[in-house]
Amino acid sequence: MPSDNILLEVKHLKKFFPVRKGVLRRVVAQVKAVDDVDMYIKEGETLGLVGESGCGKTTAGRTILRLIEPTGGEILFRSKKLAAAGEEYRIVNIATASRRALKALRRDMQIIFQDPYSSLNPRMTVGSIVGEPLLVHGISRGSEREDRVRELLGAVGLKPDHMKRYPHEFSGGQRQRIGIARALALDPQLIVADEPVSALDVSIQAQVLNLLEDLQGEFGLTYLFIAHDLSVVRHISDRVAVMYLGKIVELVETEQLFTDPRHPYTEALMSAVPVPDPDYKVERILLEGDVPSPVNPPSGCYFHPRCRYAKEICSQELPLYRDLGGEHFVTCHFADALRLQPVRTG
Amino acid sequence: MPLIEVRDLKTYFYTEDGVVRAVDGVDFTIEPEKTLGIVGESGCGKSVTALSIMGLVQSPPGKIEGGEILYHRDGKVTDLTTLNPKGREMRSIRGNEIAMIFQEPMTSLNPVYTIGNQIMEAIILHQQLRKKKAHAKAIEMLQAVGIPLPEQRVDEYPHQLSGGMRQRAMIAMALSCNPSLLIADEPTTALDVTIQAQVLELMNALRQEFKAAIQFITHNLGVIARMADDVVVMYLGRIVEGASVEEVFHNPKHPYTQGLMNSIPSLASRKERLVPIKGVVPDPFEVPAGCGFEPRCPHAMEICKTQIPPLKDVTPGHQAACWLYS
Repeated sequence: MPSDNILLEVKHLKKFFPVRKGVLRRVVAQVKAVDDVDMYIKEGETLGLVGESGCGKTTAGRTILRLIEPTGGEILFRSKKLAAAGEEYRIVNIATASRRALKALRRDMQIIFQDPYSSLNPRMTVGSIVGEPLLVHGISRGSEREDRVRELLGAVGLKPDHMKRYPHEFSGGQRQRIGIARALALDPQLIVADEPVSALDVSIQAQVLNLLEDLQGEFGLTYLFIAHDLSVVRHISDRVAVMYLGKIVELVETEQLFTDPRHPYTEALMSAVPVPDPDYKVERILLEGDVPSPVNPPSGCYFHPRCRYAKEICSQELPLYRDLGGEHFVTCHFADALRLQPVRTG
Repeated sequence: MPLIEVRDLKTYFYTEDGVVRAVDGVDFTIEPEKTLGIVGESGCGKSVTALSIMGLVQSPPGKIEGGEILYHRDGKVTDLTTLNPKGREMRSIRGNEIAMIFQEPMTSLNPVYTIGNQIMEAIILHQQLRKKKAHAKAIEMLQAVGIPLPEQRVDEYPHQLSGGMRQRAMIAMALSCNPSLLIADEPTTALDVTIQAQVLELMNALRQEFKAAIQFITHNLGVIARMADDVVVMYLGRIVEGASVEEVFHNPKHPYTQGLMNSIPSLASRKERLVPIKGVVPDPFEVPAGCGFEPRCPHAMEICKTQIPPLKDVTPGHQAACWLYS
């Protein structure tokens, strides 16, 4: 690992879904949802993972938690809870961990889902939803568990007497708070937040974003924050990874990404975001066409058919994912030469 | 001369649990060839306003309970609320002179008819063209909205097109009869940001070509800033602020508009901390007696609890419904 404050490191992570056809259900192709992804997350930081629908960001998040089995690669996690006596931590490969180890690891890694309506069981009370992780892991029982649930509800800004109620009695923003309380129950180190605010109205979005920031400070959490909204990602992330067709095209510290983008896709994505200021003028780079199918990605660089800087080599050779220096990772042949348009700040 | 004047429009829904005043006294005008943005969060009545203009409010449970929608054309004025929604006159206006595009292009296109057939339906109905000519016109429209290989695409089914292409096909259909007003209800919300940019660009280009006014409904302040000439902000079935797009963004008057601006993270400037609006939108069955925003408003006063503030000019051309300005 590059330095010792790294909580999670992903190496050559791959997740392919087979496409089956015919009576024999023969595999005729692979959807390369996550295709050779390398990244690491430092302890206590927020890594934003951004991209358009179908780019593999959700699959990447779920594969890291091994809610989906990876096809290949390593997911190294620095676990405190699995450390033996005398060790400060132990590095575990989540991708190959046994069922037992995985169950123990779940205490360290939790997820918050996008849709606060479908991710809470409508037949369970809020108290049992938030208390279930404690039950499953045999951590606390009886009144002790109830106290813990009360404490968690307080931490996310709900009232203790909400315990006895059912999810349908809550608004979208409150439901998302319940989901956050559940994720916090086991005192995890890493939380994968998969589009946690995109189903919420703007005035509620800000409340939940602020809550996530507060909890991070309070409990020393590390976030993998998956989102499609670049403005939200810019606000909450320390570093940002941009995904396109299953690959990370650029990963760098947030301000650097917005002031000095090095991948043409990042540039186009940023220029496409509508900014709430009628005087904001940038050159809009309109990408032609749609994202190609991940079943049959283009040759060479996956982005070359839509890239306005593409040269011959781009259609032939897949560019390497490399560090330009200062932990600025880019997958582009011409990352050093291109002068791309940043976000105009002001 | 305005194109549409909405005056004190009230559209209520009579449900088993009580009356929902989805639109509760709304006034605005749409000028010819201009874009009016309507912005607000879910449940504020922005879509119901549009459906009222189109005569598409489902009845029961919905009913236009009051107000006028004055439609100016050829020197005549028609009050759309007095027309039978299923009658001959309304049907000759809807889809012809006033057209609409919806948020979800997959559910608003019929999956069992080809794109071409669906565009031709409107053309044949409203322009009395023969089938062959209508087919040619459909291809021409698909070309105009930037769909590649229109001769081939015209005979394809909605599921064969991507989300962005479907929305383009919807726009082609809406513009096929040269409407004077195009109502766009969250037309890019379901699309990815790069596809959204393509569709917004297209709408801006077509607006000039087809000389249609647009009523653009969205919750996205960024999209409004790019598309609208004038903006009205809705909250709980009422307009709380209305002005030119520059005024609304640079000089918002109503506490709700100010709250919205402070609560969104912006791409262009990094805020240390977002300032959310406290609380949530009230239950539609239990709306406050006075100003709808009073329970969440940082400037709430005694009068706000009991009396509804009227929408009036704060500065010339800039309206707000707030007791702070009286």
